[in-house]
Amino acid sequence: MSAVQPVSALRAQTPLVSVEDLTVEFPLGRGVTVHAVSGVSFDIFPGETLGLVGESGCGKSTTARAIMQLPPPTSGRVTIAGAEITALGSVALREQRRHFQMIFQDPISSLNPRRNVADIVSMPLDVLGEGTREERLARTREVLDAVGLDAETAMERRPFQFSGGQCQRISIARALVVNPSVLICDEPVSALDVSIQAQIVNLLQDMKARYELTMLFISHDLSVVKNVCDRVAVMYLGRICELTDSETLYRAPAHPYTAALMSAIPEPDPTKPLRTVAMKDGELPSASQPPPGCRFHTRCPHAEDRCLVDVPPIVELTPGHQVACHFPINNA
Amino acid sequence: MRTVRAPVNAPRPEPLLVVERLYTHFQTDRGLVRAVDGVSFTLEQGVTLGLVGESGCGKTILCRTLMGLLPPSAKIPGDAVVRFDGNDLRRLSEKALRSIRGKDVAMIFQDPMTSLNPVMTVGAQISESLRLHLKYSKTDARDRSVELLQAVGIPAPQRRFNEYPHQLSGGIRQRVAIAIALACEPKLLIADEPTTALDVTVQAGILDLLQREQGDRTMSMILITHDLGVVAGRTDEIAVMYAGKMVERAPTRNVFQDTRMPYTRALIDSIPLLEQATHTRLSTIPGQPPNLIHPPPGCRFAPRCGRVDERCRAEEPELRSTEPPDHLFACWHPA
Repeated sequence: MSAVQPVSALRAQTPLVSVEDLTVEFPLGRGVTVHAVSGVSFDIFPGETLGLVGESGCGKSTTARAIMQLPPPTSGRVTIAGAEITALGSVALREQRRHFQMIFQDPISSLNPRRNVADIVSMPLDVLGEGTREERLARTREVLDAVGLDAETAMERRPFQFSGGQCQRISIARALVVNPSVLICDEPVSALDVSIQAQIVNLLQDMKARYELTMLFISHDLSVVKNVCDRVAVMYLGRICELTDSETLYRAPAHPYTAALMSAIPEPDPTKPLRTVAMKDGELPSASQPPPGCRFHTRCPHAEDRCLVDVPPIVELTPGHQVACHFPINNA
Repeated sequence: MRTVRAPVNAPRPEPLLVVERLYTHFQTDRGLVRAVDGVSFTLEQGVTLGLVGESGCGKTILCRTLMGLLPPSAKIPGDAVVRFDGNDLRRLSEKALRSIRGKDVAMIFQDPMTSLNPVMTVGAQISESLRLHLKYSKTDARDRSVELLQAVGIPAPQRRFNEYPHQLSGGIRQRVAIAIALACEPKLLIADEPTTALDVTVQAGILDLLQREQGDRTMSMILITHDLGVVAGRTDEIAVMYAGKMVERAPTRNVFQDTRMPYTRALIDSIPLLEQATHTRLSTIPGQPPNLIHPPPGCRFAPRCGRVDERCRAEEPELRSTEPPDHLFACWHPA
């Protein structure tokens, strides 16, 4: 699947993050390979938040990790702020990492339990050898205050002394301490209670404005994604099946999988009728033996003979609305 | 066994489940944790109750207390009453309890991988309760198990019967757990976050299944969840818990449309909605849930509440109702 000219044609600016034909495969031995990500391409423009949604096992976290080079992808190109990350050696890559940072789903296990918060948050600066010890601590204090923690009392404490929401604030501070331009968020609020989730979502929006961040936001919670993201890419079994602005995606999904996904969102309104779009056999096929043709055809209610054979290319349905489907839903 | 619901005009029979003054405390090194701190409620036959609250509010411990599935460190002080189908479960022997648990009251858990036995086939696990409680013969149990697997929407039930849990996906595993729970036709099914570990499309299928089975059997159900979206379309009534207390209890529609308790309102308001435009600022609840070792005096939500005054910080509000009488709330200044 080749990279399609995406909405960049519509935008005067050049993308800050460019992912081209990203493929990640894991050999399992005995000739079996897991095709976790297969030919994924997208751009993220400066100041934009791109959402990446899909069910567990669809490759969204693997995509994020491949962008971070944790581990590097099997093939494909990742360009961030003009530098081709996938072509860099380890020393140059480490230097370049100041531009892109990541936060993870489980805020408690992503922090070292034996270190205090000052050490945890200042670590990226230590690795980069930035400034003096005093300057690094001053910067640490500044970001801790920015994420809503009382830096003076937090610095000497260890992760177990904080709640899940506070730990996620510490993770965000650690990511922001090197002043990155790109923040990759992998399910940052999925482990949090709804009242804390709202605090962290708002905090991410504030941090985005304050530090002029560009974000890749991964979540399986489609309501959160709608709130946070300007554009959304929907992934299914290692491929992008639809990519458009979030308003269009929710109002007029063109891919049958997106439509099914949207219909299954439980909404907190008892007057709304439940209207789940049925999919054939609710299980995801294995990524070690992805179905030929369109990978969604085994569950698609509209699948025809052609879908079993031909891989649908990702095409632009309307300007800025990309779909990989032979028979997209006509919402007109 | 009562299987038919009493006519509306007849004098109401006793509810299927009556819980009064229930406290569940844990002695820990740091002090006494008041996980459930004075909960009273009833559940009618054939009703689905959504039990909602944030992690640590006591919803799971409350249900484990009902089932008698508490660790030894748990203490139930006072004169708590748990009356189920006429039996006071608090006074029953472990042996008598065991004949009720898994038969008349069944439970399904969040993670089907840990609740299923990894070294027993799916079929053996379903047959086990049929043979134990209903004294089925081996072949009858097998036939009935395959029927149950079919009923919960598992394709190729004959083949699945001989498979082990690790061979199944998360959604199928949870369907197996439901088949086991329904095997003995329970009068009450307690589902503790049954879909939290599952994908949204799989979740919809599991919730549909539970709703259908509940309706077909006039079984009562307690659906525990932290997700207000899950309970909105699927329950008759909702009980909201906060810091070990039940703070609001009403028919589902009233909870959402005529919310009385400020905590419930704040919880609903903090959910991002699909209708909202992108980047809509979410309303948040400041602070965090209180420590259950030293809960604040008065109303436990007072430190985070926008309507708080002196009385809230001093006096604890009881669960009461004004109009309509089936809408209970624990607040001095209801909305």
